[in-house]
Amino acid sequence: MNFLTSHFMSDIFLGATNGVLYGLIALSLVIVWRATSILNFAQGAMAMFATYLGMTMTEHGLNFWLAFALAIVAGFAMGGVTERVLVRPLYKRPEINSIVVMVGFLGVLESAASAIWSSSPRVLVSPFSQNYFQHGNTTIDLSPFALFQIGAALAVMLGVGAIFQYTKIGLQLRASALAPEVARLLGVRVNRLLTFGWMLSSAAGVVAAVIITSSSSIFLTPSVMDGFFVFGFIAAAVGGLESPVGAIVSGLLIGLAQQFLLDYAPSGLSSFAPVVILVVALMIRPQGLFTTTKARRV
Amino acid sequence: MISVHGLSVSYGAVRALDDVSFDAAPGKITAILGANGAGKTTLLRTISGLVTPKAGTITMGERTLVGMKTEDIARAGLGHVPEGRGVIAEFTVEENLRLGAMAANVDLKTGLAAQYEQFPVLGQRRNQHAATLSGGERQMLAMARALIAQPKVLLLDEPSLGLAPLVTQELMGTIKDLCASQNLTVVLVEQNAKSALRIAHDAVVLHLGTVAASATAAEVAADERLRQYYLGLVEQ
Repeated sequence: MNFLTSHFMSDIFLGATNGVLYGLIALSLVIVWRATSILNFAQGAMAMFATYLGMTMTEHGLNFWLAFALAIVAGFAMGGVTERVLVRPLYKRPEINSIVVMVGFLGVLESAASAIWSSSPRVLVSPFSQNYFQHGNTTIDLSPFALFQIGAALAVMLGVGAIFQYTKIGLQLRASALAPEVARLLGVRVNRLLTFGWMLSSAAGVVAAVIITSSSSIFLTPSVMDGFFVFGFIAAAVGGLESPVGAIVSGLLIGLAQQFLLDYAPSGLSSFAPVVILVVALMIRPQGLFTTTKARRV
Repeated sequence: MISVHGLSVSYGAVRALDDVSFDAAPGKITAILGANGAGKTTLLRTISGLVTPKAGTITMGERTLVGMKTEDIARAGLGHVPEGRGVIAEFTVEENLRLGAMAANVDLKTGLAAQYEQFPVLGQRRNQHAATLSGGERQMLAMARALIAQPKVLLLDEPSLGLAPLVTQELMGTIKDLCASQNLTVVLVEQNAKSALRIAHDAVVLHLGTVAASATAAEVAADERLRQYYLGLVEQ
């Protein structure tokens, strides 16, 4: 048990907890990128907005789990509406169009959240204790809440993986992303599936936002997801944007690197870790660490 | 049965098809022949709704296809095996077939069994990625994937492209058998006029987007002028 309380394991626990969150955000970005070749810069803001809706429910006395579920439903709906209204006109347009629109949407959502809920920090309380587990007189840097975060993130990752790999809709979604024209010739309603891809991605992002902001050390503000989004985005880029597994592994890598640098390197260096990893990874493999397919334009 | 009447398609200022008409009947193979750029692929893509025509009508049985979405045309019973085969390389053989069966609402198990019986090599390779298949096997897979949906009409775009002569011969035999046994309406686009004419009942010769000739395959094959000028079939 001494090992579990060691400094090394402490870094692993703390780093992995952040890492799975980055991985989940990265996964959400990869789903949308694979399906529609659009980088959803508003992903964090959409998740933030749905989380505010959930938070409002808890303020009105709804319990955490129901509010969580409603936030996820709101995430599904937001993803679908966003694809139909904002994103669909962007297909087959220059990439800069989608970047401008999605960054603009990020601004709109954050402003709207400030207007509705004010920008003062709000609290979303999870039912899990954030006190670290004790072993004798020593502390293991892992709390029931951290286990909840890791568990929920892993559950979403496995769920998304299972949908993609084993269900009809998953197969059709993959086909729509890989070969939209062939899919249409086989009768697949590609547009509907792309909408579904956005819904799935958005809901996964909401899970990340809820489990991040229900921590007692992080308050809900309109810009709460900005930092997490940047790290999630870097994880997706390091993984190669195409690879769900790459996104998750890169997220973990970045979380761990941050934690170890925080501990062993001069202060301030840890915030650079993700960027350094991004630069080094892209220098070694410009197509991303986990991309096996060749470059393609959809 | 497919009936095309007065079909015209333009890509900007370029006229790809100009007043094209022909009928393709069930249980028969209609070959669409012509050189590169004659408009053969455009014709199939227009029938499938991937290209919107400027004028003309296309009907499949009682249904008017112009204006329908590609996926709805497919669901109405039109199978289209595109040029370059269009198998999804990242999918396994079976995933490709499952995808073909999905929209058509056919029983997957019986559908798969039927295709593996028709194309035994696909059964042997069912869990392999399509990327690992040979050219001929990919063509088999593309055809099986279209056939599993039990289409009434099958459009084949250059199925012999890149295949060895023996494989082409075998493939043409398979197409002929399928057409007869399932009473399929087959529209076969080919640059390889010789092997297409061997199995086709009717032939339409396209030249720069217009119909240069439309007759039975035997008549086209016997017409020296067509053979020389449009089909590049010169006696050695």
